[in-house]
Amino acid sequence: MRLLRKLLRTPEGAIGLGLLAVLALVALFAPVLAPGDPLRIAGRALTTPFTDPAFPLGTDRLGRDVLAGIVHGARTSLLVGLAAACAALAIGLCVGLAAGFAGGIVDEALMRVVDAFQIVPSFLLALAFVSVIGASVPVVVLAIALGAWADPARLTRAEVLSVRERDYVASARVIGMHPVEIAFREILPNVLPPVLALAAIIVAAAILTEAALSFLGLGDPNIVTWGSMIAEGRNVLRSSPFLSVFPGLALVVTVVGVYLLSEGLSKVLSSRGGAT
Amino acid sequence: MNRALRLLRRRAVGSIPVLLIVVVLTFLLLEAAAGDAVDAYLLSIGGGDAAIAQSLRASYGLDQSMPARLWLYLSSLARLDLGWSVAFDRPVRDLILERLPNTLLLMGSATALSFAIGSALGIVAGARPGSGRDRVLSTLSLVLYAIPGFWLGLVLSTVFAVQLRWLPTSGIETIASGRTGLSRAADIAAHLALPVATLTLVYMALFLRVMRAGMAEVWGLDFVLFARSKGLSRARIVLRHVARNALLPLVTMLGLQSAAMLGGSVVIESIFAIPGFGRLAQEAVSGRDTALLTGIIVTSAVLVILVNLAIDIVYAALDPRVGASERGA
Repeated sequence: MRLLRKLLRTPEGAIGLGLLAVLALVALFAPVLAPGDPLRIAGRALTTPFTDPAFPLGTDRLGRDVLAGIVHGARTSLLVGLAAACAALAIGLCVGLAAGFAGGIVDEALMRVVDAFQIVPSFLLALAFVSVIGASVPVVVLAIALGAWADPARLTRAEVLSVRERDYVASARVIGMHPVEIAFREILPNVLPPVLALAAIIVAAAILTEAALSFLGLGDPNIVTWGSMIAEGRNVLRSSPFLSVFPGLALVVTVVGVYLLSEGLSKVLSSRGGAT
Repeated sequence: MNRALRLLRRRAVGSIPVLLIVVVLTFLLLEAAAGDAVDAYLLSIGGGDAAIAQSLRASYGLDQSMPARLWLYLSSLARLDLGWSVAFDRPVRDLILERLPNTLLLMGSATALSFAIGSALGIVAGARPGSGRDRVLSTLSLVLYAIPGFWLGLVLSTVFAVQLRWLPTSGIETIASGRTGLSRAADIAAHLALPVATLTLVYMALFLRVMRAGMAEVWGLDFVLFARSKGLSRARIVLRHVARNALLPLVTMLGLQSAAMLGGSVVIESIFAIPGFGRLAQEAVSGRDTALLTGIIVTSAVLVILVNLAIDIVYAALDPRVGASERGA
C-alpha cells in the first residue's frame, strides 16, 4: 500500500497506472461495453468512424464493429501479455535459482541453455513454435514465454550468486534446513525485487510480440486481437486507413502505460535504497 | 591485439556447445510438427501413392529413427549442408545465401543510423538530466519505443508511399528495370528508405534511452566531480568524460539487440515485401517447410554469435580492462 501511494506520487507511475487501470476495466467489462461476439457482422460494411452513433469507430470490410473489436482485443492483449510474462518469470526464476544455487556442472549446463535461448531471435522461435503446435491462446503464451525467460534467468542467477554466501544463508544451512527450502524461503525473497523490475518490460514485449504474431496470421483465429485487426485493415489501407490506425493506437497506449508504470516503479524502488 | 585475439578464440570455442544446443532443440521442436516434408510435398503436387511416399522418405532419410536423423542432420551441418527445401525445391543453403544480403543491408543501415542518431540524442538528453530538453526527448523516446514496428511501417507506407507517392511501397528494387551501377544503387536506396526509417525510429528510441540512463549514472561518479573541480569546460566533461563512459553499455546493448533485430525483420520484410531472410522465415512457416525453418533458425543463431564476437573485439578495443584477466561467463 505504501508502495502504491509512493508510486502515485511519481508522474510516470500515476499516468501509467491510470492508463492500465482504464484498460483493465475495459477488458474486464468488455461483454457489458460491447455485448455479443465481436467477430459477428453487426452492420453495413466500411462505415466511416464518427458518422454512425451505433458504430462510433466505424465498421470493417465485413461490417464488424471496430469499437467492439478494440474493447475485446484489450482482453487478449492484456491476458496474453500478463500470462506470458508470468510464465517467463516463473521459468526464469526457477532456472536461475537452480543454476546459481547448485553451481558447478549444473550451473554451467543451465547457463549454456540460457545462452542458446538468447542467441535465437525470440520472434523466430515463437513463429516456429506456433506454426508447429498450432495457434491457440495457451500456445501463443508459451511461445512468447519461451523467448523471454532467458533474461530473468540470467539476472536471477547473478542475484543468487551475490546473496548465496551471506550469513543468513549460512545459518539456515547450519540449523539443518533442506537446500530446496533454503532456496525458496531464504534466497528467493531476496532476489525477487530486481527480477520483478524486469516484469514490466517483459509484459510490454509480450504484448508487442502477440500483436506481431497475430498480424502475420499466427494468432488464435477464433478471437479478436489488435494485431489481426491491423492485418485485416491492411487490405483496405488506401481507402479506410482508420481500420488499422485505431487498433494500432490502442497498442501504443497500452505499451506506453506499461513502460510508464515500470519507470515509476524503478524510481520508487531506487529511492527506497537497497534494491537497484 | 594479442589480448583481443585470445578473447576472441575463447569466445568462439565457447559458443560451439551453445550452437549445438540450438540445433538439437530446434530439431526436436520441429520434430513435433504433424507430418513431414514428404507429406507437405505430396500435398503440394496434389497427392501420390504410398510407394512414392516410401521411396521419397528413403531418399531423404526420413524413414530412419529420430536419433539417426538427428545424427544425419548434425553431420551434414558439419559439412555446411543445411538440407533440402521441399517448398522451393532447392538447397536450403542457396536460398538463405540468396536472401541474406538484402536483410543484412536493411539491418546494417538501420542499426548504423539508429545507433548514430540515438546516441547523439542520448548525449543531448543526458548532458543535463532533468532539464526540459531531457524531458521532451525522454517522453518522445518512450512513446516511440512503444510503437509496434509493423504498425509504424504500415503508417509510414500509407503516408509516404500511398498518399504522397514519394517512395515505392514495396520490393527491394524495380523489377526488370535494367539499371546498373549508381542508378541501381539509388533505386535500391529508394526502396529501402521506408523500411530502414521504420526500424531506425524504433531502435533509435532504445539507444537514446540506454545512452541517457548511462550518462545520468556517470554524472554521479567521483571522477566527474573531479573533472568539474579541475575547471574543465562543460562540453569537455559531457563529451570526453561522461558520454565516453556511457558508451560502453550501449555497445553491449548492440550485441544483445542483434537477435531481436533479426526477429523484427520478419514483420518489416513482410510489410514492405522485401525478399529477405525474415520473409523467407514466414514463407517457410506457411509452406510447412521444416528443413528451411531449421536452417533459418540455425543461421540466425550463427549470425548473432558472429555479431557478438565482433562486439567483443570492439569492446576490448574500447575498454583496456576487458580480456586482461579471465572473466566469468
